[in-house]
Amino acid sequence: MKTRDDIARSLATCGYIADGELSTALSLMQLLKRPLLLEGEAGVGKTEVAKALACVHGTELIRLQCYEGLDQSSALYEWNYQRQLLAIEAHRGHGEGIEDQIFSEKYLLERPLLAAIRRATPPVLLIDEIDRADDEFEAFLLELLSDFQVSIPELGTITATSIPHVVLTSNGTRELSDALRRRCLYHYVDYPDVDREARIILARVDGTSAQLALQIARLVEGLRKEELRKVPGVAETLDWAAALVGLDVRDLKDQPEVVYETLMCLLKTHEDRSRVTREVAARLLGKVA
Amino acid sequence: MSCCGATPDHEDMEAVARLVAGRLGAFLKTLRDNGFAVGLSEGQDAAAVMAEGYADRPGLLRSAFKHLFSARKSEWDRFDGLFDAFWLGKRVRSRSLTSGSPQFANSPSLKSLQDTNAAQQGPQGATDQIPSDETPREGGGEGRSEGASRVETLADTDFRKLADPDQVALAHEAAARLAKAMRTRLTRRDQLRRSGERLDLRRTIHRNISHGGVPIALVHRRRKHKPLRLVVLLDASGSMSPYTAVFLRFIHGVLDAFHEAEAFLFHTRLAYVSDAMKEKDAARALDRLSMMAQGAGGGTKIGESLQTFNRWHASRVIHSRSCVMIVSDGYDTGDPALLGREMAQLKRRCRRIVWLNPMLGWDGYAPEARGIKAALPFVDLYAPAHTLSSLAALEPYLARL
Repeated sequence: MKTRDDIARSLATCGYIADGELSTALSLMQLLKRPLLLEGEAGVGKTEVAKALACVHGTELIRLQCYEGLDQSSALYEWNYQRQLLAIEAHRGHGEGIEDQIFSEKYLLERPLLAAIRRATPPVLLIDEIDRADDEFEAFLLELLSDFQVSIPELGTITATSIPHVVLTSNGTRELSDALRRRCLYHYVDYPDVDREARIILARVDGTSAQLALQIARLVEGLRKEELRKVPGVAETLDWAAALVGLDVRDLKDQPEVVYETLMCLLKTHEDRSRVTREVAARLLGKVA
Repeated sequence: MSCCGATPDHEDMEAVARLVAGRLGAFLKTLRDNGFAVGLSEGQDAAAVMAEGYADRPGLLRSAFKHLFSARKSEWDRFDGLFDAFWLGKRVRSRSLTSGSPQFANSPSLKSLQDTNAAQQGPQGATDQIPSDETPREGGGEGRSEGASRVETLADTDFRKLADPDQVALAHEAAARLAKAMRTRLTRRDQLRRSGERLDLRRTIHRNISHGGVPIALVHRRRKHKPLRLVVLLDASGSMSPYTAVFLRFIHGVLDAFHEAEAFLFHTRLAYVSDAMKEKDAARALDRLSMMAQGAGGGTKIGESLQTFNRWHASRVIHSRSCVMIVSDGYDTGDPALLGREMAQLKRRCRRIVWLNPMLGWDGYAPEARGIKAALPFVDLYAPAHTLSSLAALEPYLARL
């Protein structure tokens, strides 16, 4: 079993710069075999945590994106009706015995949840934006996550081959049930501080210098303190850094015009765009030093 | 502790383990007292975590416990303070933060709130002040209150009496969560009502010609659906000021993401504030609103405001499944006759009119103000709204619309 420090190191080699608390959370996940619930603003890198975790364990990432109206057939399993019908047609006139065939593994379509519990090595199961799913689905999930087994009427009970590492993320669109919250370890993901964000940029964007990364991180931090409708997330920062590197910017102070022009990587609404005028950009740039 | 020989070392370790286990119990109790939903399994996990060597490193232990015991942002933020106070003997920033909060921090169970409310209202009969034909009585509202203790909690504290900023913040948070729960239920009820749709055979067959007529893709007959729409008119005058903030927060909670909702503010004139209310961030919504409410704090012209509403907005925002919710103390500086006329007109348009009056919860208050007297004949539900429980009690009524 990996300790907390091991995990922090392997996260770094996977390109994820974690704070100490997240490493603790991931090691606890292993120790207690509990799912991890990640909450935080959009764009702080919640989904990235799952990807990094898969990389740390050297295992597959299985992702279930939740949405309103998500049901068992798209989350768990589904019969391949078309193939079943074809088989029936082909079998016509050959007597009895088709039922047993068409309700077998061959005609079963695995969806993410079933796939996750049937892998030989435990994968990372990412249940993304659980707050978008309905209450019923949340309750169903609770049952699955406690027993790790599924019953399929035609096939019988399927027990997990391996228990996956489960990561749930939520943006707080809907209040999650206390039952689900209690079942999980909880971690609140915040925007990274300047230092960590600079290290993230260095790790993820080729061709940045430490100085440029720090400047970018400082400017983004300044921008997050402005009155914005949509605060830029880490993904936006990375986009912007890549854009700046692509435009051959070495120092933000040397090219204020390029900085202003490329702010569209960070500002995603018309309102925000018009709020950050040249003056505001210049003021932010002044603080970057 | 997997050792064998009964050496003094071993005994010491045992003693330490017992001490830690004992303290752990006390810590869990502290957390529970502060509204954390901590159960037996968390306790066991905590013991397992300590046995894994976390117990020797307080910083690490704190972080581990934080993940284990907190379940939402508010708890996440408070945890470090509580941990330090308990294990390191540091002072927590504010004691009042913890008093009276458990009921809410845990889970704002609407049912229990209703029960407490019913218990408090006693024989006066809670919410339905006006026995009108259409007004359904809350079934068993009084009967269910048996055994409910009259504990003085945040839920039953008049908003006026919330002086401590921490308490006000807690009330705001509770109002927002209450609104969220209420909204979820109302939306869900709407969706349930839509289920049970019938098959459209003709279109099903047509759709499945490419499958040789085997009905793989089913087409359902769609039922015309009009979801419940809430129209809120909030009095932002001076006399309402102790309540305005909490109501704004509550209404923001209900309206945010509730697709069918409109909001208006009024004092001496009427302002359309739906857009501001639909702002995701509560604090920013309130900021925008307080800008709009400028000029508030003077008199209230309910009649004129309603006239503006009826003339310019009603046709657009009201349909047959609408509930108009007026939040006001009914102190009107305008003409009561005008108010009566406008109420009558409004009544003809919408399904229900709910009037929420914070003063109704006060002991010995009777609707003496001229304005309220003129308006009452047209109101379907006249309810108190001075505490969180009175707000919670509204849900079953709205659900029946």
